[in-house]
Parts: sequence; C-alpha cells; structure tokens
Amino acid sequence: MDYEAVIGLETHVQLKTNSKIFCGCSTNFGVSPNSQTCPVCLGFPGVLPVLNKKVVELAVKLTLALNCRITPNCKFHRKNYFYPDLPKAYQISQYDEPLAIDGYLDVEAVKIGITRVHLEEDAGKLIHTQEGDSLVDYNRCGMPLIEIVTEPDLKTPHQAYEYLTDLKSILEYLEVSDCNMEEGSLRCDANVSIRPVGQVELGTKTEVKNMNSFKAVERALSYEIERQIKVVQQGGQINQETRLWDEKKEITIPMRSKEEAHDYRYFPEPDLVPLEVSQEWTEEIKTGIPELPQAKRQRFIEGYELPSYDAEVLTANKSLANFFENTTKFYPKPKMVSNWIMTEVLGYLAEANLDISQSKLTPTHLAEMLELIDSGTISGKIGKEVLPEIFKTGKSPAEIIQEKGLVQITDGDEIVKVIEQVITENPKAVEEYKTGKKETLGFLVGQVMKLTKGKANPQITNKLLQERL
Amino acid sequence: MAITKKEVEQVCSLARLELSDSEKDEFTCQLDSILGYVAKINELETSNILPTSHPILLTNVLREDKVKESLPVEEVLANAPDAGKGHFRVPRII
Ligand SMILES: [Zn+2]
Repeated sequence: MDYEAVIGLETHVQLKTNSKIFCGCSTNFGVSPNSQTCPVCLGFPGVLPVLNKKVVELAVKLTLALNCRITPNCKFHRKNYFYPDLPKAYQISQYDEPLAIDGYLDVEAVKIGITRVHLEEDAGKLIHTQEGDSLVDYNRCGMPLIEIVTEPDLKTPHQAYEYLTDLKSILEYLEVSDCNMEEGSLRCDANVSIRPVGQVELGTKTEVKNMNSFKAVERALSYEIERQIKVVQQGGQINQETRLWDEKKEITIPMRSKEEAHDYRYFPEPDLVPLEVSQEWTEEIKTGIPELPQAKRQRFIEGYELPSYDAEVLTANKSLANFFENTTKFYPKPKMVSNWIMTEVLGYLAEANLDISQSKLTPTHLAEMLELIDSGTISGKIGKEVLPEIFKTGKSPAEIIQEKGLVQITDGDEIVKVIEQVITENPKAVEEYKTGKKETLGFLVGQVMKLTKGKANPQITNKLLQERL
Repeated sequence: MAITKKEVEQVCSLARLELSDSEKDEFTCQLDSILGYVAKINELETSNILPTSHPILLTNVLREDKVKESLPVEEVLANAPDAGKGHFRVPRII
C-alpha cells in the first residue's frame, strides 16, 4: 500500500524590537544571565504588563503579508503550567481570539493555508548542570514572539523546507525578525501523520521538535514519515506523542511524557485590555510593507529580462536584490551583472560567511569593474582577481588595477615581444601548428597569457600570433 | 452537585495543592455552593449580549518600544532560595 504524509508546521519567530513584549527590558542577545530582567518579566506580585506597540505593528505587518484576516478585537489569555522557565507559572499568549486567522502563502505554486498567527511571550532558558540541578536565566523571558500555524497542507519534507525558506525570506524583507536560528529567534515544530493514498481521514499525528535548521526539519520529517509507515506496515499503531529530533543520530525519540494530559486552563488575562487593530491603523501599517520576494522575482524576470533562476537567486535576500538593482543603475546590462553576482560575488560571500550588506563591495565598484572589462582595460579573468581585492580592501577597481599593475596589454609591439619568446621556447608546438594541427594555437595563446600574467589582450594576441606563424 | 470530589482532586493536582480527605470534602462543598450561586446567571436571557472580556471598557493600552533599565542582578537574585553563576538554581525537572 502507498502512504502519503500530512504535515503542518508551527513556527515561532522573535520580533525585532528594542524592548520586551510587556516590559521595558532590553532584547539584546548574548548578555550576562538575568541582567535583562525586571519585576514584570520575573513575575513579581502586583506588577502590570503593558503591551509594546511595536510588537503589534510588526506582527500586523507580517499577517498582512501572509494574507491573513486581522481579528478586529483580539484578546490575551493565560496559559497555565508549572515549569522553572516560567516565573509567573503562566505564559501570556492568545487562545480563541488570536491576532489574525485564515491566511495563506504560495509555496512553489501551491497554496499553503495559514490557520492562525498569534502573539505571546517567550519563556526563560534552563541549563541542566552535571550536579543534577538546573540554572535559570530569565533574559529570554518576555521576549516578543509570534507563532505562525499552518493548515496540514504540506505533503512532503521538501515542501516544508520550501515553506520555511519562503517564510524566512518574507520575514527578512519585512524586517520583522532577525530569523537567526542559532540565537533562537526562529524555531519550528512539525506535526506529521501518514495515511493510505486516497484516504480522507487523517492518521494519528506526532509532534516533532528540536530541529535547529530548515534542513534538519526536512531530515526529521523524512525520518518520522518512514518510521510511521514502518510501524503501520508491521501492524502497529502510531501513538499521539511529542518526539525530539536527535541531530547526531538522525532519529526522532519520544519525549518523556508527563503523566497528566496537558490542561493549560486558559483563561482571559485580566491584566491586559483587548487589542483593537482598527482599519485605519492596519492601512497605516500596510504602507510600510515593501515589495515582497515573489513580486520582486516577477519584476526581475519581466523588467530585467532575467531567467527565473537568476531572479530566484537574486531576490532570496533583500540586500542582495538591492545590490543588483543599484549596480544596474550604473551599468545597465542586467544579465552581465547577474552572472557576476551569482558566481563570483556569492562565491566570495559564502566563503567569508558574509551578507552583501556586510561586505566592502559596493554597487559602484562592481559597475566600474564591469566597465573596465568592457573597455578592454582589463580582461574578464583579471576582473576575477580584482574582485577579491575589493572585498578585502574596499578600494576602487581602478586603484587596485593601478597598484597591482593589472592593466591589460593592448600595445601590439609589447605583445609581439612575448610572442617571439613563446615561439622560440615552443618549437614543437609551432611545428604542429604549421603542419595543420590548428588547436595548438590555443596552447600558444595560453603561453603568452602565462608570461604576461593574463594581462595580454586575448583578441590582439590571437591575431598577432596567427600573423607571426 | 455542580462539582464532584474527583474534579476537586483534579484541580488540586493541577495547582500542586495537597489536601487532606476532610479538606477535599469541605472544599467540594464550598465550591459547589459558590458555583451554584454563580450559576444563577444562566437564568438570564443573554443571547443578545456580547460577552464581557474585561470589566473596564478600554482597548489598546500600549507602550512605546523604549528600553528601560532592568534590575541589578544582585537584586534579581536577592530572594532566590538558591543561586549560582548569576542564575537561579532550581531542582532539575525532567
Ligand atoms: Zn522586564
């Protein structure tokens, strides 16, 4: 029997604010433990949480980009549970009236439904010690989070990966989150079940947690689907449970379940009044939404006549897309710019683990260098040597070419001198060429290039060499 | 009965409260009478009345995204039963 998977994702994203969701503590990452805490986020008696306006604005911006319906009058609830990471013994979250519902995201032409987007506060961080106790750091407690829940519309682990990639790209374009998985500002849990192909009824699902990259989500889902199919094929039953992904062993293992079923006893948070996101406010936030990745991709294909692959690569990241557009302003040959960005520039950035916005290369530098190639001042090959120098020093291409003496030799007399040398040093190749083995010419041109360190103009060299032979 | 002893036991376990058997009986009785009293509201015709989620008719009490000074770590940990390395130290759970 053939089985298909049904996958839904829950993604937690930390919003990019200066202060926490309900108090004025800073959201800086990497500071000493418990140094960004106050009576509100530590849950002291008698304190009052006050909602951060920026949190609402960022969250609304995202829900609009995800085509959601904003709940005109949404409320906060207390989710009650006892755990040392939660000093109040409840988490302020949203329950039956979340910020927004009913959205979607197009992932590779498939509409993935967004069930809901809600606001909540993060919990603290526990470090389990060798001595058998736990150390608690409440800096993360009260960090603003949004949770984005999809419909069970995803069918394959790869599709889940694509969804997350697209979602991350939107979050970055909107500048609502840093999306740093290592720092925990983006976390994803997956619900997955299997069913025989053709069956409408859903199978029992498991929840998979603890994936620290999108690739890990893809791998964990692949493993979990295989596992479930095996269990069912052997006549077993899937337990509804939470499983943890073990990155090293590449397996999922059941999380030790608590004895009682979760009963969070949600009730309305009496310390917070309802949140009313008016039409007017929504419209105002809407004006802050930039062109989103999909629209930009389409415009790059149509406006710059780029292949869809190029458009996809260039728009994956907003700063890269801006870099491309700015370069074409100074050097209006889009495909040429795209080629150089996709191979040389991205190659360098990947190696240095940098974003284009962090590098010393500017659009004017790249444009200037491409001009120098066009005008014959340097060859394309030399250009590939100049580029890393720009990255390293931030100097202009002209400066680097000057300093390193990389100007292309177009003076015929100078090239002829080198050609003479090559002819004397390679009598065998010259002989072969004369007896009709024309491909030997390439070898001889190569020798000229070697002696001039690639600076001889290839067209002139070719022409002069043929004349001399 | 609006509430059973079993439900009281369930609530106690969720709230981490340990009650003696006689206390359970006593609280079941008291809670039952409270719930019975509140249940009177069910006699009212409320189909045309929106639920009140908050007694104060206010919305959008918001603050600007401004960082305020946090507490000094010594003060944060001052009331902790146990602390170490700038952290609260607690018994390990799970
Ligand atoms: Zn605080």
